[in-house]
Amino acid sequence: MSDVSIVPEHTASLPSYNKFNGLLEWVSTVDHKQIGLLYLFGTFFFFCVGGIEALLMRIQLAQPQNHFLSPQDYNQLFTMHGTTMVFLVVMPMLLGVANYVVPLQIGARDMAYPRLNALSFWMFTFGGLLLYASFIGGGAPDAGWFAYVPLSGQPYTSNPGMTYWAIGILVSGIGTVATALNLVVTILLFRAPGMSLRRLPLFTWMVLFNGFIIMFAMPALNASLVTLAIDRILGGHYYDVKAGASPLLWQHYFWSFGHPEVYIMVLPAWGIISEVVPVFSRKPIFGYGAVAGSTVAIAFLSFAVWGHHMFSAGMGTASDLLFSAASLLIAVPTGIKIFNWVATAWMGKIRFTTSMLFALAFIVQFTIGGVTGVQFGVVPFDRYTTDSYYVVAHFHYVLFGGTAFGLFAGFYYWFPKAFGRMLDERLGKLNFWLMFIGFNTAFFVQHALGWMGMTRRIWTYPDYPGWGVYNMISTVGSFILAFGVLMFAVNVFYSLKKGEIASENPWNAWTLEWATTSPPPHYNFDQVPPVRSRRPLWDLQHPDKADKD
Amino acid sequence: MNQNKLGMLIFLASESVFFTMLILAYAYYHSHWGGGPTDSVVDIKEVLPYTIALWSSSLTIWFSERALKHGKYGQMRGWLGLTILLGAFFLFGEAREYLALFSENVNIQAGIFGTTFFTLTGFHGLHVTVGLLALSLMLVLASTGWLKKEQAEGYETLSYYWHFVDLVWVGVFSVVYIWSLF
Repeated sequence: MSDVSIVPEHTASLPSYNKFNGLLEWVSTVDHKQIGLLYLFGTFFFFCVGGIEALLMRIQLAQPQNHFLSPQDYNQLFTMHGTTMVFLVVMPMLLGVANYVVPLQIGARDMAYPRLNALSFWMFTFGGLLLYASFIGGGAPDAGWFAYVPLSGQPYTSNPGMTYWAIGILVSGIGTVATALNLVVTILLFRAPGMSLRRLPLFTWMVLFNGFIIMFAMPALNASLVTLAIDRILGGHYYDVKAGASPLLWQHYFWSFGHPEVYIMVLPAWGIISEVVPVFSRKPIFGYGAVAGSTVAIAFLSFAVWGHHMFSAGMGTASDLLFSAASLLIAVPTGIKIFNWVATAWMGKIRFTTSMLFALAFIVQFTIGGVTGVQFGVVPFDRYTTDSYYVVAHFHYVLFGGTAFGLFAGFYYWFPKAFGRMLDERLGKLNFWLMFIGFNTAFFVQHALGWMGMTRRIWTYPDYPGWGVYNMISTVGSFILAFGVLMFAVNVFYSLKKGEIASENPWNAWTLEWATTSPPPHYNFDQVPPVRSRRPLWDLQHPDKADKD
Repeated sequence: MNQNKLGMLIFLASESVFFTMLILAYAYYHSHWGGGPTDSVVDIKEVLPYTIALWSSSLTIWFSERALKHGKYGQMRGWLGLTILLGAFFLFGEAREYLALFSENVNIQAGIFGTTFFTLTGFHGLHVTVGLLALSLMLVLASTGWLKKEQAEGYETLSYYWHFVDLVWVGVFSVVYIWSLF
């Protein structure tokens, strides 16, 4: 083709953070790449805090009748662990990756609303700080991350923590909604010429639909938080049973948000897997249409299944059956993707990079989590296992074994692009294996604990046969997992200084973000390559074998 | 489509869900308010003039937009000013209604009705206030000569918000005031 060099020499570097001007630039930036990195550092910080909360809980639970923590402390820890991981880690971390990658993948210069983007980050930060201020403001929230009334209401509350919870998440949530809006408008209106929606990289496709889910689910959360805050602060009666209110209203409100929320927390991770697996199998994704189409189905269906969190709440048989049917149905589009990823890797020339290892582990672990998840759609099964450790095992398999592993696959994949250096592969493999062994040790046994009847959210338990051993195994696993995460941090710090310099396309991938320097200049592209299919860089390198769509 | 219009439309779709939730709570409790006042304390006749004012302001802002598109800046400012006055009149009416209710001890703590009524109408009033502030800012900018027909798209984007606030009032008016007659 042309011999005009699309990718100029590596000249750009990230502004330094240890000089005042550099720091000021970071704090005042409206560049999507810097904001994306700010999100990643902020959310990684909260990930460590939430992780420490989990480790403290695991120490308490390692043996029966333990007194390492008081019941009150334990309640605050599990509430803050869940709240932190959902609202201050997984959601914003995924949005942070999207912030960085999406404009590059569509060949845009920045997001549609750069200043709103910056505002979103700072709202997330201050909302998180407000939530954590509760520890020194009278006590952390202690009624669980889904804050069921009446326990979370004014009369039953032992400290002001739940008010911090409501307001902190409201503030942080504004940032989330604004970012989602930004991403949706950017993807719809700022694509490079030739990039029709059917040619979107799958990560961007997932982020687009994720954005829609966020726009329609977060208001339900806001309505819940606002009504709870009005009850707690202004003496309202939304959930005041003595005044005649229904505590079930909270559950309907919260889960109308809460169920779409779990899809919000996984869609972008599916997108990462859909990028990583093809590249390291040296094959285009098998069935792009099925992956894309099933995502749309999930986006719609996710609003129709919230009642499966309430099968023990007494909604009545008709409601139970409707929600059961919808929940079993939504497993289908989810499962389709697993087949697509496996078929992509099948007979491919697999490169077992750290990123690919995390992606392969995702496929196995997410499937396990998905299988236990669909079981909850069967109402009688749910009646036995709800609120037990079987649920805890399920959601950690999808959220940690799934989304978090997907995020690590993404970190190892896009780190070279963002920082101009490769992450060390040996440290990476150590990171992976420690996390893989640690995670599965920590959580697989929890399925058994759930079967044996151990309820969740209990600060201690009696010395029943098997309970002590399994809990101890789980605790040991959690520390191995933590050590694995530490290895990641070590890898990052080491590689930032001494990592191998990365070219603009170290993985020989095909999407537009790899058509600029590593790291990209502020304006992203000197020249955006022509887009005539889903793999523009493949077409450039193989004009005789160019993709047809 | 213009990025600001698309962004505003998606944002408004999101806010609709928020208001729907608040309306649903009100509607759900309508058959069983529990102890305390019921919706018999609201008076549709009192609220009607303010309601008509708010709905008319959608018409006046549309005239203002048309004037802007045709470069008739004097007319544009006139219709915009009238829109603001009508919106302010609505808020004044809300305030009067609130004060009358407070004097009868009907406030946000007064039973489930009090809580749901004041939350729903309060959030609507808050959205009207924000809209009025934005419109007033537009009037100031127009008076300095900044607002020209090149900015018509941005002005239209703001008018979408204002129409939305009116539309929500259609919902609230029906569910609260019209329903109180039965």
